[in-house]
Amino acid sequence: MSPYAVDELILGSTDAVRVPLIGQALCAGFPSPADDFLEGALELPRWLVPNPPATFLMQIRGESMRGAGIYDRDLVCIDRSLLAEDGSVVVAVVDGQLSCKRYRVVGNRARLDFDNPEMPTFAVDEYGEVEIWGVLRFSIRWHLARARLS
Amino acid sequence: MSGPAPRLRDRIGGGRAIALIDGNSFYCSCERVFDPKLASVPVIVLSNNDGNAIARTAEAKALGIRMGEPYFKIRDMCRAQGVRVFSSNYTLYGDMSARTNAVYRTFAPDVEIYSIDESFLDLSDVRERDRMALALDLRATVRAWTGIPTCVGIGPTKTLAKLANHVAKTIPELGGVCDLTDPVAYDHWLCHVHVGEVWGIGRASLAKLEAMGVDSVADLRDLDPRPVRKSLSVVGERIIHELRGLSCLPLELVPARRKGCAVTRSFASRVEDRATLEQSVAAHATRLGEKLRRDGLGTDHVTVFYHTSEYDRDRPQRSVSTTVRLPEHTNDSLTLIKAARLGVTKTWREPGSHPWRYNKAGVVTVDLVPLEMSPRALIGQLDRERSGPLMAAIDVCNARWGRGAVVPARAGLVERRAWSTKFEMRSPRYTTQVTELPVACAGKWRP
Repeated sequence: MSPYAVDELILGSTDAVRVPLIGQALCAGFPSPADDFLEGALELPRWLVPNPPATFLMQIRGESMRGAGIYDRDLVCIDRSLLAEDGSVVVAVVDGQLSCKRYRVVGNRARLDFDNPEMPTFAVDEYGEVEIWGVLRFSIRWHLARARLS
Repeated sequence: MSGPAPRLRDRIGGGRAIALIDGNSFYCSCERVFDPKLASVPVIVLSNNDGNAIARTAEAKALGIRMGEPYFKIRDMCRAQGVRVFSSNYTLYGDMSARTNAVYRTFAPDVEIYSIDESFLDLSDVRERDRMALALDLRATVRAWTGIPTCVGIGPTKTLAKLANHVAKTIPELGGVCDLTDPVAYDHWLCHVHVGEVWGIGRASLAKLEAMGVDSVADLRDLDPRPVRKSLSVVGERIIHELRGLSCLPLELVPARRKGCAVTRSFASRVEDRATLEQSVAAHATRLGEKLRRDGLGTDHVTVFYHTSEYDRDRPQRSVSTTVRLPEHTNDSLTLIKAARLGVTKTWREPGSHPWRYNKAGVVTVDLVPLEMSPRALIGQLDRERSGPLMAAIDVCNARWGRGAVVPARAGLVERRAWSTKFEMRSPRYTTQVTELPVACAGKWRP
């Protein structure tokens, strides 16, 4: 195994990958200024994260995605190597803000919808400028009454 | 041109291909990935202690902010011009660097991580006509998967790859890729790029070369290397060979073993008292121990230094450096702390009416050896059997619960180290802390 294999760091005997990818990326030229700042990482099982370098976690704030089963303060796992297609739940950049939306393609028009029956829908070109940041792979929610992150 | 031209042409086009890929304004780009509002505004990132600008976006460069510019000089201008200023968030940059390198490795198995934002890739096995497409695909994939924009330079040697990368960066029409294994591009760019852009040509060498009438990279390439050795040393000779396509610098896939190790930090503000200095030195010795243990190395001495700042011209100056010998090699933090504190004790002088205001302290070791292979002392043996498991336990705790979860009392709790480096404008650690994750809004919620 290459000494640079930081992408799939095996932790002890568990079958987990670290998202993000923490490793001893030893630089041949310059010592990395990040060396003193690498820290413990969030661990996700390998079968949930097929492409670690493109995988990011985010926290959702708001209730507009209830129809997708995503609620306020849930965590979502985003895989930037996935392409958005009709029906994908995505994080998009809408007016300079990261927003969670349902991506719809009708004919040759793309739309970003709320997924909450009480809310309206918009065509992509009704927003100022839109860029798909990444596609949701799964979400995480706590079902304990009191335990909640942050 | 010295040497037969056909041979040069063979080497440029026919042989090895090395790519240098690096992130554009890497630290700033990392910030932009998670905060879309930064997309088209000027952004800079500051060095430790928020001292100098060490990364600038194109918009910030256009405002005239120079590399390494002290922040206090540009603070007002940044405010007036709407420049977004960040302390360095090395946790984030280190993680994003690991991600980009993981993507590179899916394109080429042999990757040399040269620095936090630059890597060399061996593309020799890729057919010449496919190299350009591969480089474009690599850029697009890194951008899509990680959000980091990059440039790729390809050449038959590292020096030429670095030069190609410079061309790709400065000529936007090239689409972020320049391939100097293409003989036409090679002939063109070597004549059109100034010699000062060549990797390894510093200010002193540049003055000598200009005096010799060398202006373009091609001029340097066509010098006779042997006389050059006299004025520019073997490094200059090596650069000429590399520019001719003769590889002198192999890819370092396995980094050389660490020969020495230093942990040094500027204080957040000047330090005058002994207790603070001792605590900082103990903290640095703790970190030194962690680094040595990670690599399985040991040291038989600790050099401690601390000094005042040359900027305090009106204050008394003092610079201290002392080496404390150990009975045998070790990487035990507690032993290193003891040695480092002894170094302070031996050299501390009680201040008079004008106290010395120290601005930096550190611990340094050289001649590291693998601990397993180091000879044991006959007299004064350290207790490795006890210290080894203790240190291992501390390291595991710190890996699991975060750096600084368990520290020797002498080093002080991380949160209470008032002297430690400032990062006042640091962005969240978006990718490593579950409490600092980016927020995606769903509906009316606004941060």
